[in-house]
Amino acid sequence: MLNIKNLQAKIGEKQILNGINLKVNAGEVHAIMGPNGSGKSTLASVLAGREEYEVTEGQVDFLGKNLLELSPEDRAREGIFMAFQYPVEIPGVSTINFMKTALNQIREYRGQQALDAVSFLQMMKEKMKLVEIDQSLLNRSLNEGFSGGEEKRNEIFQMAMLEPKLALLDETDSGLDIDALRIVANGVNKLRNKNNAVVVVTHYQRLLDYIVPDFVHVLYKGKIVKSGTKELALELEAKGYDWIKSEATVA
Amino acid sequence: MNTSATRNLTAEILDAQQPFDVAVDSRKQAWEQFRQLELPTGKNEEYRFTPVTRYLEKNFTWKTDNPESTLSSVQECLIPQLDANVIVLVNGRYNASLSKISSPQSEVTITPLSEAFRTGHPAIKEHYNKHLNNQSDACAALNSAAWQEGVFIYVGKNTVVGKPIFILQLNDASQSQVITQTRVFAVLEKDSSVAVIEKSDTTGNQFAFHNFAEEWIVSEGAHLEYCKIQNDAGKVCQVSNSVIYQANNSKLNTFTLTLNGQLIRNNLNILIDGENCESHFYGLYLLTGTTHADNHTVVDHRKPNSFSNEMYKGIMDGNSKGVFNGKIYVRPHAQKTNAFQSNRNIIVSDSATINTKPQLEIWADDVKCSHGCTSGQLDEEALFYLRSRGISETNAKAMLLYAFAAEVLAPIQNETLKVYLDNLIAERLHKNF
Repeated sequence: MLNIKNLQAKIGEKQILNGINLKVNAGEVHAIMGPNGSGKSTLASVLAGREEYEVTEGQVDFLGKNLLELSPEDRAREGIFMAFQYPVEIPGVSTINFMKTALNQIREYRGQQALDAVSFLQMMKEKMKLVEIDQSLLNRSLNEGFSGGEEKRNEIFQMAMLEPKLALLDETDSGLDIDALRIVANGVNKLRNKNNAVVVVTHYQRLLDYIVPDFVHVLYKGKIVKSGTKELALELEAKGYDWIKSEATVA
Repeated sequence: MNTSATRNLTAEILDAQQPFDVAVDSRKQAWEQFRQLELPTGKNEEYRFTPVTRYLEKNFTWKTDNPESTLSSVQECLIPQLDANVIVLVNGRYNASLSKISSPQSEVTITPLSEAFRTGHPAIKEHYNKHLNNQSDACAALNSAAWQEGVFIYVGKNTVVGKPIFILQLNDASQSQVITQTRVFAVLEKDSSVAVIEKSDTTGNQFAFHNFAEEWIVSEGAHLEYCKIQNDAGKVCQVSNSVIYQANNSKLNTFTLTLNGQLIRNNLNILIDGENCESHFYGLYLLTGTTHADNHTVVDHRKPNSFSNEMYKGIMDGNSKGVFNGKIYVRPHAQKTNAFQSNRNIIVSDSATINTKPQLEIWADDVKCSHGCTSGQLDEEALFYLRSRGISETNAKAMLLYAFAAEVLAPIQNETLKVYLDNLIAERLHKNF
């Protein structure tokens, strides 16, 4: 589904990604871990199409398309979804109206008819249950005054509505207490199926107790320096990142 | 700036004085004030960014005998579904056939201003021309000297006017240039309440100058809802001097929407001369093309324990220019005043500009006052967020601009009016961005 080859990117003069190689197939969950500043969030941002990053080398193929040539909106329409670490407050735009516009623009891109108000509401109700989110939150201005838990739940609600093929969860566990973490992770798990894939960017093992990865990759200085299975995450939790750093330096 | 040319236009206007058929005692004094003030040059701090005089010099010969308009319907200027009293002025004259007053006389008096002078309404003697800024603004003085026609509104005490009053002022510049000078004079007696919508429109390809002035007396416990819509299609320069005088316990909501016109200058002066008053004044300017819109507001807290809240927002596109100046005065004995002001601007194109200046002068020591102004582009982070969900860049921009603009509609009470304004805003922002 996603094939990243030798991806290099910088912001301003600062080189952040130094040749990422990663393959994600449908049905898989990948976790990207690594110390602060290793380039985890940059990778998610570059894939989502954030324009302040400049890709200097490499290719990203997504379902047979050159992802790097697509605008952020077209990436979303092709099936990429990024759950933001820090969702933006947008006063005056309710989640409901925002989702209606987004969903219908995606449908239009795919040659589908716009959803009528009734079908939209029906779908919304269904997805609300899935992520245990209250309608009053969706009527409010997007992320305005939301708690950390509400923000992340709202992100996963949007993911549920847009039904992406590839979801990138950028530090979705940050700012969550354990109950909120469980609700958010349950939402993600319910949305998983054999046709979609999830890439979880995280600092800590604890999210991976709930969203169990098939593969774990450790990012350091803009490169994947180690890959393994979920046991690697446990090892990192126990030993920290220093041994990875010294291994990488030696190599 | 050629100041001698400015003096010439002032002199030209003074020379062109014509006798009026309505005897208004204060005209003579106003002419004198106008002569002394002269039309503002670029050196006048209050008009530094807004070259009204230069615009007039360039585009007008001073003759105020306007052409007769052949306009037979104002349907398209009205607000759909709004059940209102309608009073129409065309080219500075009252048009009886286009006007429709349906509220009973027991609720409200709505007449041409000249008629109120002819019949000698007692409110005129008591309040007329008492608060307008004739001493400081040449256009206000000129209006007091030379208004051609106007609207008189009188609401007796303890009276709630059921239907809003819609004042429509049209400039028909299809045959030749038009210079209109009109005036609204309104008195709300104790504990009365009324909602007023003022709309101006200019049609035709010739130039129009609309020098407008208005005085609102909001007596003790009275409540005024006031909305001004400037959506002139033609080549108009409008200077509008508005004074709202508030007595104890009175309440005021104003909203000023500027969408079109060539050169628009609004002077809104709110005199809070009572305790426990509440004033909300909101404004929105959505400018495109070469429109230049300048909102100068003054709120003058003269008595203690009152509250004022001002929020003006602007979106500038094309080569448009926005100007905002907000003055808050809190007089020495106006203790326990709460006064808030905010002016926020988004500049959409590279060649649009905004000049914004808050000015607070506070003499009392036990007050809460705040102000803030911002000018910038759309929030890139918000834009990316919307796009990352599949919304096109064009639509994402429109959504953000609309959300930014629509906030100022919140205090509008009349739902029909609100829907109308909301549509105007949505249409403007979707069409052009």
